[in-house]
Amino acid sequence: MVSEAPAAVTMAAQQWSVWYGTVQALKSVTLDIRSREILGVIGPANSGKTSFLRSLNRMNDMNPAFRYEGKIALDRQDIYRELDGQTVRRRVGIVFALPLPLPMSIRENILYGPRLRGERNRARLEELVERSLKAASLWEEVRDRLDSSAMKLSGGQQQRLCIARTLAMEPDVVLFDEPCSGLDPISTAKVEETMVQLKAHYTLVLVTNNTKQAARVSDRVAFFLMGELIELGSTEVMFTAPRDRRTNDYITGRFG
Amino acid sequence: MARPAWQRALGVQRVAFVLLFLSTLLIVIPAVAIIGTITVRGMGAVSWEFLTTMPTKGMRAGGIFPAIVGTLELVSLTVVFALPIGIATAIYLTEYATDNWLTRLVRLAIVNLSGVPSVVYGLFGLGLFVMFLGFGTSLLAGALTLAIMILPVIITASEEALRSVPKSFREISLSLGASHWQTVRHAVLPFAIPGIMTGTILGIGRAAGETAPILFTVAAFYLPRLPDSIFDQAMALPYHLYVISTQIPNIPASQRYGTAFVLLVLVLSLNLAAVILRARFRRRRQW
Repeated sequence: MVSEAPAAVTMAAQQWSVWYGTVQALKSVTLDIRSREILGVIGPANSGKTSFLRSLNRMNDMNPAFRYEGKIALDRQDIYRELDGQTVRRRVGIVFALPLPLPMSIRENILYGPRLRGERNRARLEELVERSLKAASLWEEVRDRLDSSAMKLSGGQQQRLCIARTLAMEPDVVLFDEPCSGLDPISTAKVEETMVQLKAHYTLVLVTNNTKQAARVSDRVAFFLMGELIELGSTEVMFTAPRDRRTNDYITGRFG
Repeated sequence: MARPAWQRALGVQRVAFVLLFLSTLLIVIPAVAIIGTITVRGMGAVSWEFLTTMPTKGMRAGGIFPAIVGTLELVSLTVVFALPIGIATAIYLTEYATDNWLTRLVRLAIVNLSGVPSVVYGLFGLGLFVMFLGFGTSLLAGALTLAIMILPVIITASEEALRSVPKSFREISLSLGASHWQTVRHAVLPFAIPGIMTGTILGIGRAAGETAPILFTVAAFYLPRLPDSIFDQAMALPYHLYVISTQIPNIPASQRYGTAFVLLVLVLSLNLAAVILRARFRRRRQW
């Protein structure tokens, strides 16, 4: 699979709060993300889980109403004070909820990031295409049509292409924002399988509305509710003996 | 006995329908009349010779070659000035500007520019380019004047084209580690090009057909040669048509209709090209 493993990287949020205008979306969240784990983030709508995810690679910067307090560290560097947004986004990739390839060929989609980063070496670019597609479990399906439009792929294939596109940047951390919300069960299974394989080399954060998915793929799970981190623990403990009643209510489907 | 209310309502509806339909029909009449008359009476005058030779006998005979060349040169030069500034402005307004007093002022200026009568552009060009900047009556002064006139068209069309590129493209690009400018350059602009081109062609069509802005800035009554630099005067189709229609006695009608026909074909084919381009782009786009 991936030949050279990126260095193991951790992230940590300390008393992290987010506002959009006057509305507070996150309330003093403190949470660490361990190297080469899948951290599942669950919670009902408006719980702040997506806000949290987008805080991790500064995707909120484009929103003029965004305001924050606290600190998020990537390998002990403060990503909001010591690094610039572009650098952070190169090291922390994100896969969005909807499979959205750019209207270009499969190859061009994957090479979008590396080329803009300045990679010009043909052989190296070719290798990146193959390696990223293999890591996203899509290589076998598209190897003979890399130059056809990415828009012709099925939804599940498009989402795996989006994963490959993110991996081609060779990030340290990959964020998944409900990556299976638009996919059928078989495609979902493939994407989940891919995520578990990626864990060997990357640090992953998975925001999902599907608690069963969190149970299937996460090592640890964080439960958010109304902008607060209610509970964080190993997947096993969270799904069998959560400490907080609200966590229990949510995972057993009593609300949300 | 009075008719029941519903029958009256039906009658009113019929009358309204007929009136609306007639109004619509009315717009077709001048279009058909103008294009028809000029085509019927002008097509006969157009020959290879008419298109490629100099006017002779005080413009009462011969061709309109210098006017065609002048218009093409004028229009090309106009695009050279208007397109970069127009696109740059549109990019700034859609991708960078925040809503503040300066942006609002710029938008107000654009709206107002598009409402200025063309003769005012002509006088403005005369004052600024011909006299103040000392370009004289020249292709340069005329092209700059026309460029200012079509800038609002290009800016508005480009803005619309840029805005029609999905917001998600920008997010994706940024998430892949692209800078703001790289995002505009690689994830937005390529998908807006067809729309920008459509707007530009419509602008060119307008520039090619206008008389007033070139009247004082570039147009030569008669020039026995082609312009040899951008500081030279030039003949142009709309002005040539005006001259031979009003300033020269005893001129055969075929000369006038021929010139009008050539101008009409030029402007209409530009508009048609814009329409076709837009249609093809809409069919082909994938998002």
